This record gives sequence, structure tokens and C-alpha cells, in this order.
Amino acid sequence: MTAGGTLDRRAVVAGLLQERRELLVVSALGSPSYDLMAAGDHDRNFYLWAAMGSAAMVGFGLAQAQPDRPVLVLTGDGEQLMGLGALATIALRRPPNLTIVVLDNGHYGETGMQPSHAGRGVELARLAEALDFPSAETITELQGVEPLRRRLHARAGLHLAVVKIEPRNWPRALPPRDGVFVKNRFRQALGHSPS
Amino acid sequence: MVSESEPGWQREVFDVLKAAGVRHVCYVPDAGHAAAIRLAEADPGIEAVVLTTEEEGIGYLAGAWLGGEGGALLMQSSGVGNCINTLALQPCIRFPLLMVVTMRGDWAEFNHWQNPMGQATEPVLKQMGVMTWRADAPAEVSPLLRGAATMAFEGDSACALLLGQRLIGEKEWVK
Ligand SMILES: Cc1ncc(C[n+]2csc(CCOP(=O)(O)OP(=O)(O)O)c2C)c(N)n1
Repeated sequence: MTAGGTLDRRAVVAGLLQERRELLVVSALGSPSYDLMAAGDHDRNFYLWAAMGSAAMVGFGLAQAQPDRPVLVLTGDGEQLMGLGALATIALRRPPNLTIVVLDNGHYGETGMQPSHAGRGVELARLAEALDFPSAETITELQGVEPLRRRLHARAGLHLAVVKIEPRNWPRALPPRDGVFVKNRFRQALGHSPS
Repeated sequence: MVSESEPGWQREVFDVLKAAGVRHVCYVPDAGHAAAIRLAEADPGIEAVVLTTEEEGIGYLAGAWLGGEGGALLMQSSGVGNCINTLALQPCIRFPLLMVVTMRGDWAEFNHWQNPMGQATEPVLKQMGVMTWRADAPAEVSPLLRGAATMAFEGDSACALLLGQRLIGEKEWVK
């Protein structure tokens, strides 16, 4: 058991967003939203700034409404731990186009790097397996990112990947905080007009 | 399979949601929602999603709306307490959030452990910016829910219909 890992979170997220094509991305409050912004703002990014524990559910609802597009949820270990029940809810439906990536630094980085349950031995990939996710994995090497990227574009099945990242806070890359703007921009990119 | 004791207004809840174009019905079960849950689960045009806790439904409906589809969330009044922090999503993103809430701790409540949250349900919803209506008689359910759905979907608003215990009836306790 280790608290987090050694990977550079910004390199992991930038790698996942290569050649993104139809990809829709939802990021959790705090560091994952900064990582997504740092990789480049995009019409089909949706950044959360609150509602801790909800990122996977937002991605789930989106995946159900957009079955022909791959949906990626970027979240933190602390954020996903607050929404453990959501993993059970999602496991029942197994949306094939949904991939949940937990950027696991073993800590609550945003609030001062306090060790999290994940850093104290709770393994989220094993939990997903116990919940009967069709697949779950833990990635500790950067080489694991490209196969994960390909897999999510294939929409080949609900998947949870825990990526072991270095417990270190990067300079914040702040995404837009106007949620109405980001929502309308996202929906317009999918062909829906504002009401 | 409709149970003998299932009152007509229960089915009307489903009919109004369906007529409002709801594509997703999220719920944590409550007896008062039994008909709507059963009909939603059986309807191939509706994704019925059972939740482990009510706030999951708010994230889900926000995501479905990002993807272009609307839905509704069914819960008991105690579930409103679980939702408080996550309700912030609605004013921050502005998306249609239609909730139907069966009340406990409201009238003729046998289990007083339901009373604190039951009494706080409507004020808490209002404090979080949710518009609320109450149905206490069967004839009120369909028009009030129709109006709430109009305001949710036409105004990208958070709207909740509370189904009072006088409507639902006293829970029979076998002692
Ligand atoms: C309900 C709630 N509780 C606590 C917080 C404070 N908070 C903000 S981010 C965060 C944890 C972030 O940890 P993690 O998801 O692991 O991300 P990291 O920054 O470590 O990458 C916490 C506890 C909050 N925003 N909401």
C-alpha cells in the first residue's frame, strides 16, 4: 500500500486528451478541473466547482443521454470517496461509453494534502471490481495512459482506472466559473440551443 | 400489476412526467412513489435509475441535461436533507430540476424521528432556491405537477412538488 504514486498528473491528463475527437469530459471540483483546464479549454469540457462526490454521476447522466460519444470523468480519490454509492448506481447500468479516471494522490490535495482513505489502504479499483464493474485497473506507469485513451474512445465498456499520481499541487489553471456559460457552450457544441 | 390500494393520483404522477417529456426518472424508493417507479421501470422510453442516495440524482440530471435530455427525481422528504449541498448545482448551472417529494413528519406521523427533517423539508428547499408546491388532496396532484414541470423545463428552474401526508394517508403500523 502506498499513498498515491509517482506520475505527473498534468502529463496523465494531457495524454488522455490527445486526439480527443468526440470525447466529452466532466471534471471534479479542485485539482482535476485545473488539470483539465491546463490541458486546454474546450467546448466539450464541463468543469465542476462544487458538489463534491457528484462528478461520476454527472458523467453517468451525460453518458446515458449521449450513448454514441465517449464520456470521460476525471476525478480525485477524495472526491470519488464521497460518492462511493454512485459507483454502485453506475455499476447496475454499465454505460459502455463511460470511463471514470481517479487521479489518486492518496491525499486531499486541494485542502492541504491530508492523507485520504485511498492513501490509507482503500483501493478504489478493487472496490469497482467488487461492485461488478466489467473492468477496473490501477495504472502506475505513464505507458498505461495511451492504452486507456484508446480504450475509452472504443466505448467498449464501463471502466474505472485509478491512476497513481504524485502527491503534489501544481499551480492552479482556473477554468471558467460561470457554470451557465460552460453549460450552454457544452450543449451548443452538441447541437442544443439555450432555452 | 396494480395494487388494489394504489390511489389514482400515484399513476397521474407518472402520466404527467411522461407528458412533460421526461426521459430519465431517478429515485430512492418510497411507498408513495411505488406506481411511478413501477411504470418508469417498465417504460422502454424512460431510463429509470435507482440511486443509493438522493443527491446522486441531481448530478445525474445535470449530466443528462448537458447531453440534451430532461428527467425527474423522486424521493421521500428525508432525502431532501441528503441533497442540500448538491442542490447548489442547479443555480450554478441552471438546468431543469423537477423533484417529487413524498412527505413524512408532516401530518399524523407515527414515527417522530421523521419530524425534524419533515418539518425542515420545505424551508430547506426554499433556502436552496427551489420553488415548491404542496398537494394535500388527490385532485391537486396532476395540475400542480404539470405547473411545476412547465416552470422547470421552460425556465431551467428547480421545482419541487411535495405530496403531503394527508394525501398519502396515515401509514398503518402493526404493533
Ligand atoms: C462537501 C464538501 N466537503 C469538503 C470540501 C472541501 N474539499 C474541496 S476539494 C476536497 C478534496 C479534494 O481531494 P481529491 O478529490 O483527492 O483531489 P486532489 O486535490 O487531492 O487531487 C475537499 C475535501 C468540499 N468542497 N465539499
